[in-house]
Amino acid sequence: MNGHPSAGVPILQLGDVLISGLLNELDDKSAMAFTEELTQTISSTGARGVLIDISRLELIDSFVARMLTHLTTTARLLGARVIVAGMRPPVAITLVELGIELSGVETALSAEQGLTALGWHRAAPTRAGEAR
Amino acid sequence: MTTSDTAITSDSVDSGARARVTEVLRANADAIADRWVQLQLEQALLGSDLTESELHEEADALVAALAAALDGDAPVRRLAYSDRDLNRIVTDLSLRRARGGASPTVTSLAVLALKQVLLEHLRGATRESDELLAAAVLINQLLDVAGALSFEVYVEGREAIIHRQSHQLLEMSTPVVRLWRQVLAVPLIGTLDTARTQVVMENLLQAIQDDEALVAIIDITGVPTVDTAVAQHLLQTVNAVRLMGADCVISGIRPPIAQTIAQLGIDLSTILTRATLADALAAAIKITDAPGPDGTDGR
Repeated sequence: MNGHPSAGVPILQLGDVLISGLLNELDDKSAMAFTEELTQTISSTGARGVLIDISRLELIDSFVARMLTHLTTTARLLGARVIVAGMRPPVAITLVELGIELSGVETALSAEQGLTALGWHRAAPTRAGEAR
Repeated sequence: MTTSDTAITSDSVDSGARARVTEVLRANADAIADRWVQLQLEQALLGSDLTESELHEEADALVAALAAALDGDAPVRRLAYSDRDLNRIVTDLSLRRARGGASPTVTSLAVLALKQVLLEHLRGATRESDELLAAAVLINQLLDVAGALSFEVYVEGREAIIHRQSHQLLEMSTPVVRLWRQVLAVPLIGTLDTARTQVVMENLLQAIQDDEALVAIIDITGVPTVDTAVAQHLLQTVNAVRLMGADCVISGIRPPIAQTIAQLGIDLSTILTRATLADALAAAIKITDAPGPDGTDGR
């Protein structure tokens, strides 16, 4: 679909939802390639929702965190809603300690719950912190 | 010339004194041990837990170890550290008293009491004042270090106990309970410092993952005061819970605490708060019910 080297991260399409999962080996370069590829796919498929499963990630550095925020903003501009699912407790603690709040990024406990939230085009459960 | 002379004499006196002390120790081992126990009993230098027979065992072992250590040729000042048996016995003796609740003074005095016993026996063995003095200096060098070692070990032992207790307290005071289907609660008791926030966060996030909980209620009824640091810690916990994909409700904010928070200008507006745990549970159930579009009503 594009000439860029692939990030090696599979992006699956299910209806109007894109599903992807990040593995631990994500370095800065492939993170950038992934952003690029996902953005292209969103615009070419007209997807309405994107689910990124990060339950395999044991570490998120500030670069990947910024990539997730960036991706969410980009996807929103393209009309898609991004849900990051399955963050592990140690990862969450590390991010909070680094002062990274991933503001604006929607999260879900598991891929299943993330899909439920995406599949039903209803407002997500009222989140006091995400009134936008 | 004078200096080298004195050096030689002090050396020879030293080794002579060393041999003499060793000899006295060996010859009167039982008497010395008994007298030492007796002294400790007399001076009431005892932790409550030590029986007389234990003291006797301890004394026999120490006297034997002292004699064996003096037999070698390691420097006297370092014997209490360098001789393995002696070191172990002094360490054990000190730890036993630390655990038994004896004071540090009592512990080091117990070791130092041995000086008096040894000097008494030495006086019986020789009348020569030079020899007596050299031996006394040697005994002092040896047992002062042993006393210091016992003190050091005592403090270490106590610190280990304190460390263990605070760890237990930490674990005890932060249980995560399941209140409802997909609703967890953490009743916080006591002041929230960084270490406790860490434990609360870890326990809570793990429980959220294990139970697939949608809402976590943090009840701060038992938190005496909320300052900016505590609020910061609460915010961190809430953010971590959100990153996991669950919601967080804070309950049990008492009126004075609410006033403090308002006065300090701490912004908790991004957090769902309720006055009581009951209200928080009601709010939590509403949240868990809301995203149940697949026909089930969340119960």
